[in-house]
Amino acid sequence: MESRIVSICRRYADDRTRLMDILLEVQRELRGIEPAAMELIARQLGITRVEVEGVVSFYAFFSRRTKGEIIIRVCDDIIDRHAGGREIAKVFVEELGLAIGTTSADGRFSLEITPFLGMSDQAPSAMVNETILTRLTVQKVRLVCARLREGTEPRDLVVHTGDGNNSHPLIRAEVNNNIRLAGEVLLCPVPANAGLRSALQRRPQELLAELEESGLTGRGGAGFPTGKKWRAAADTAATRRFIICNADEGEPGTFKDRVLLTERADLMIEGMTIAAYTVGSDAGIIYLRGEYSYLRPYLESVLQARREHGVLGKNIGGKQGFDFDIRIQLGAGAYICGEESALISSCEGLRGEPKNRPPFPVESGYLGFPTVVDNVETYCCAARIMEQGGAWFGSFGTDRSSGTKLFSVSGDCARPGVYELPFGITVRDLLDRVDAPDAAAVQVGGPSGEMINMSQFERRLCLEDLPTGGSVMVFSQRRNILEIVDHFLEFFVEESCGYCTPCRVGNVFLKKRIEKVRKGLCELEDLAYLKELGKTIAVTSRCGLGHTSPNPVLSTIRNFPLVYAVLLKEHGDGVQASFDIQAALEESRRLAKRRSMIYDPNYDEA
Amino acid sequence: MKKRIATVSLAGCFGCHMSLLDIDERLLELLQQVEFDRSPLNDLKRFTRRCDIGLVEGGCCNEENVHTLQEFRRNCDVLIAVGQCAVMGGLPVMRNAIMHSDDPLRECLETAYLDSDKVYNPSNQIPNDAALPLLLDKVYTLADVVKVDYQIPGCPPSGDTLWNTLEALLAGKPVELAYEQLRYD
Repeated sequence: MESRIVSICRRYADDRTRLMDILLEVQRELRGIEPAAMELIARQLGITRVEVEGVVSFYAFFSRRTKGEIIIRVCDDIIDRHAGGREIAKVFVEELGLAIGTTSADGRFSLEITPFLGMSDQAPSAMVNETILTRLTVQKVRLVCARLREGTEPRDLVVHTGDGNNSHPLIRAEVNNNIRLAGEVLLCPVPANAGLRSALQRRPQELLAELEESGLTGRGGAGFPTGKKWRAAADTAATRRFIICNADEGEPGTFKDRVLLTERADLMIEGMTIAAYTVGSDAGIIYLRGEYSYLRPYLESVLQARREHGVLGKNIGGKQGFDFDIRIQLGAGAYICGEESALISSCEGLRGEPKNRPPFPVESGYLGFPTVVDNVETYCCAARIMEQGGAWFGSFGTDRSSGTKLFSVSGDCARPGVYELPFGITVRDLLDRVDAPDAAAVQVGGPSGEMINMSQFERRLCLEDLPTGGSVMVFSQRRNILEIVDHFLEFFVEESCGYCTPCRVGNVFLKKRIEKVRKGLCELEDLAYLKELGKTIAVTSRCGLGHTSPNPVLSTIRNFPLVYAVLLKEHGDGVQASFDIQAALEESRRLAKRRSMIYDPNYDEA
Repeated sequence: MKKRIATVSLAGCFGCHMSLLDIDERLLELLQQVEFDRSPLNDLKRFTRRCDIGLVEGGCCNEENVHTLQEFRRNCDVLIAVGQCAVMGGLPVMRNAIMHSDDPLRECLETAYLDSDKVYNPSNQIPNDAALPLLLDKVYTLADVVKVDYQIPGCPPSGDTLWNTLEALLAGKPVELAYEQLRYD
């Protein structure tokens, strides 16, 4: 073990900031990161064991115990659950004879639940080591388990590869793109490097003006003006600057970056290169979520091909002195790392905890240098803007939300998948396209977004009205709104990094009270409590997770008051409906071997 | 007409009642305005009629506490949880920390009466007389069991805090407590 760990650390020059990569390799090679291994890594990197353990314990894909040779992770987001994900998990449990969260005695298999794999358009899904399995059925799972027991390698489980680059020899995934509608900016055919060529002929200041004219806003969901961000980074006095691409698409219901990474990797890297030229950067990082690690070999090959074609690396595009290269940083299963400052922490080999702001990443980001962090789609748009012009881009969409947007639609509709449409289309328009005639509720922007009701389907998808990073989940009449809310809260409780109290504790309280509502044990004043607590969490939390985690509760109270109303009860006698004296006495009756003189009416007969 | 006040100590230590006596000579002023109904201060064991204010010290650790509390809720217009135990469970609530046990109540009783080295219990039995109220599975705060109108933290709340609260309540004004009067220790 010692020699293997030492050689892994050496490969990363014993660099403490590359701890994520080191741990990922140790985890892969030794199937776990045991205390002795942490000790060794710490010694090798010159840090304390606690620092290593802090990182190991933070990420879902690292484990202190040795895991099985084959790790099966069944996706458990709400769409997968509605598609039968729970039953799929049960079949795995039966077939492998393993409880969820355990490893078989022979060390062959580990079975786990994971919050979101990014495959809700082809649910239910699971991940077997790095291989993604989609559209699972009971029969298919039985077959998969049988083949795994025979010794089939996970990657050989794939029988039919998906469309487009999913069949590329370096991807070979069962995943389908499900591009249902290609718009005029991203999913239409795009010329290679036209944006980069055009950009390199102009001065960075002109590019910033072009970007600002386009009105491009961040595609991850927050909608910050990209031009303003790049200008802020360019205006800093610094010796180095960094460009980071946020490909940590973790918001349940979002999978459009998966499609872009598969089909528009070149365009995305082109956009990053343009960003590097514009703000003056020589190094970039693609932060790829661990769940998408199946795309990594392909992305590496795209980077390599670009180096060979002179559009990445030294003197890019023949421009003397413009050097820029990119490395891929793999994540390890942490939703919070989609938050830019947490993502930077992760790239630095730290726990994926958000940083205090200010200073903002554009002033002091990766390793303390000004850093531009943008979404995959944002970089793709930037490249197209440099090719076609800001005015062209601005001609799509609305005033404040220009351009087209990729919407990932999933749930109760006939045509789930990715739709490229101009910002500002109505929800109803989108529902018509995805063929969802019985839609009763739509969750826009993922769990952290807003749940709207049927009377609100005329609302528009754009920053002015309903902002979204792409996630649109459709729910029919058959779905239980409060089950969905409860599930979203479970997700936030699980994914809170635990740093600040309002988010760590508050979300647990929210969930408990929603459970109480579901049991019919709440009164009107419990709604006031939920609203008040939700507001407190949103206002006092440290980062976006806590700012938005009460949204499932707050938006459903607002938009689905009747769902709550039917479950609320009035109790005139001043007792709390949730307090059950009989249940509270049960244990005591058993221990004392007698009944209650006060609460058992037939006490004397006993 | 004088307002009626009832008080009781549930799973508490009577410290909050002692604190009420700490209002000293203001007791006379209080008695000008109120009449005590059921309370350990006058040893009345039952409500004689409906009361305006109920002061409850201590949380609920057994069935009798629950029963008494429900009676207070039924008989008092305004119910006030007084002190840490009533508001958050206080010291007794420490037994709720035994949560990783299959049988937490048994573990609690065995530690208290049998296993601890500090225990002198020659009979080696856990008290279990029919006259003893049954314990609840865990300790509940007052608000867990009934609706509570006001909560005064503190262990105990000072005499001044209690006085200011009662004074304002009786005058029908909002309670204004100085920063140092509202505290949790």
